[in-house]
Formats: sequence, structure tokens, C-alpha cells
Amino acid sequence: MKFLCVDCDKQMAFEERQLPGDGTLAATFKCPKCGRVVAMLTNPMETQLVSSLGVEIGGRTVPAQPLETVRKMVSTGRDDAFDDGASGVGRGALWSPEATERLSRVPSFVRGMVKRIYADYAKEHGIVEITPAVMDTARAELGLEGM
Amino acid sequence: MPPIRTYHELTDADRSGLPEQIGAQRRRVAERLAAVGRVIAVMSGKGGVGKSYVTAHLARALARSQRAVGVLDADLNGPTIPRLLGVDHAPLPTSQSGIEPPAGLDGVRCISMAMLLEDGAPLAFKGPAAESFVWRGAMEAAALRELLGDVAWGALDTLLLDLPPGMQRYIELCDILGAPPAVLTVTIPTPESRDAVRRAMRAAVERGSQLLGIVENMTGQGFEGSAGDDLAKEFSVPVLARIPWHPTPDIWNALGARL
Repeated sequence: MKFLCVDCDKQMAFEERQLPGDGTLAATFKCPKCGRVVAMLTNPMETQLVSSLGVEIGGRTVPAQPLETVRKMVSTGRDDAFDDGASGVGRGALWSPEATERLSRVPSFVRGMVKRIYADYAKEHGIVEITPAVMDTARAELGLEGM
Repeated sequence: MPPIRTYHELTDADRSGLPEQIGAQRRRVAERLAAVGRVIAVMSGKGGVGKSYVTAHLARALARSQRAVGVLDADLNGPTIPRLLGVDHAPLPTSQSGIEPPAGLDGVRCISMAMLLEDGAPLAFKGPAAESFVWRGAMEAAALRELLGDVAWGALDTLLLDLPPGMQRYIELCDILGAPPAVLTVTIPTPESRDAVRRAMRAAVERGSQLLGIVENMTGQGFEGSAGDDLAKEFSVPVLARIPWHPTPDIWNALGARL
């Protein structure tokens, strides 16, 4: 899918993605010549189709994780399906009690993957302790809506 | 209004890079399977002919002959391979580099949706319930792609893919692999099975798969017919094995030796 500014005959460039949490998606595109911005809005079914392709509109912000789509999208996954111990709490940054509590609310089927993403973010940024504020920043920077 | 340029005429670099992301997915699968000697899809157009049973016992026979064998249970909605290979549930060791597949009977490594789902639960996805048929197939294809690309098999001589009845998963497989896999076909002797399996074999030929041969299962009693011989003649392939109701290991070993 591409967007063309008809007046300028210029391909519009991706600007920003937003997932408001109701299953819809908003992505904005800007004309590099005249600056006009348009938003593409998808309904939940269209958003789901994009998810099923395992691609990220706006580009990937973190490396693909093993069984990423399965872990994010399967709703009947068993709690103890994965042993993510190799990348657990003991690796790299410490987790504050508040961050640990927040992480515990992530469904266990996907928790290990989410933990690894935050841990990698902390390592890359030289962060020694992961707090809820760090999680918020990482989520915004990495586009981890819903994690 | 002047003519609007077409999609393919817009060639500026795009930050989303969706084609590049799809390409990366395909490379991930190709790189993962680069250490696999050959990929064999065990399929049939007919349900209930014993594809999974044949797959599991063939894998064990190959493993007994000192070959490194893996089984990917591509029946996402009715997975049975872990039980057939005697794999008890244990959390799958997972790291950035992939999922470690457990080893079952005779050392056969395997991966299955059964290892990931709650006991007795169907495969269900988050997402809008209305008209879910629109996206569910794509989601299952994504799951298959990840099982192919994200399981750290290591070096394998043979990876067997246990496909569900019908052709959908086979077609997805061809798209994901980028090339059609070799196919081992399973049938039972009946003409009903023959007719259904014929359609599957034709589809496989049209896609360019190499037909390795036919396994006629559940022979000797109960089912009447000559599906194995009929299909072998029609497609010029061998009947690799006729499996009775209570096969002994030597029958599976003989099948393994013919592949």
C-alpha cells in the first residue's frame, strides 16, 4: 500500500503509527513536497490482516522474535509453553518491584518475549534498572503498543 | 485529472519496507532450513487415513537408521505428533536464536501446536470475531511460517511435515518455502480415499512437487479397494509400503529404507 499526493505527483512518506487499542490502526503519511498529511485508518479486520502477515507498518523497531506472531496472537496458549530463562530477569538490567509487578500482568504466554525486548532495550541504552517509566519510554520508542 | 501513477511506478524508499519485511521472513525460513537435507510433506487429500501415524513411525524408522530426523506437526488444529512420539509437555527452551524442539521416541525431534496450547483448547486467535474467516487462514499461515523459521532444528537429514487433510496447508507451505516440497502420499485402500487423494496428488504435481510414492495404510482387513495400486499407476510412482493394522517395526524400517 502506498500513498500518492496527486497535486504534487509525489509518493507520500510514512510518518507515524498509532494503535488506539480498539483494534483499529492509524498511520499517517506526509507529502515530501507540499507537506500535506493524510491518515490511513483501518478497521479491526484490516488491522488483523496486517498482523497476520507478521509485518510492522512503519518498519520493524525490534528484531523478529521466535514465534512472535503466535505468541502475540494466540489466545489459548498454555501458560508454561515457553522457557525464556536464558533471557530472564537475571540478565542485564535489574527490574524494579513495580516493573516486575507490571510485567506479571502480561499474559505468561507472551511474557518471556516481552521481557527479552525490554531487557535488550535497557542493555542498548545502558539502563541499569528497568522501571515502569523505562517501560513506557521503550514502549513508545519501539512502538510496542499492547505490550 | 492527469493519469495517476500506478503502485509499481512509485519506487521511493518506504520506511515501512513491507516487501523487505516479507523478504526477511522468507530468508529466515530459508536460513533455518539450510541445514536440513530434505523436506518431505506427508499429505493426503483425505482425513483419517493415518498421516500422522505414518509420519511418526517413518520418522522413528529413519532415526533408528542413524539419520537425524525432525517432525513439524503442520496440523495446527488437530495436532497429534507429540503423543505419537511420546513427548511429554515441558516448557520449550526459548532464546533469541529460536525454539529448541524436544526429542521424542528414538530421538526424533518435533514441534507441534499441541505443545503451545492449553490442554484440550482449540487454536484460537485474538482479533475481531465477526467474519474471522477473512483473516484466520492468514494467521494460520503465519504460524506455519514461524514454526518453519523459528525452530532451531540444527542439522537434520530429513524434516517430515505432517500436513492436515485437504490442500490448504500444502499450498501455504509451497508459498512459504518458495519451492514445492517433496511429497509422500498416504491413502487407505478404498475408492473414496483414492478419489480424494488423487485430487491432492494432482495439485502437488501442478505445483511442481516431486511425488516420492504412496503409502497404503490400514490394509489387510476392513477396507476393500486398490487405491494404492490405482494411484501408483496413474501417477507413475511406487507404492512404497502397505501398512497392515498392526505393523511391526520391520515394516517401518523397510519404508524408511526406500526413501
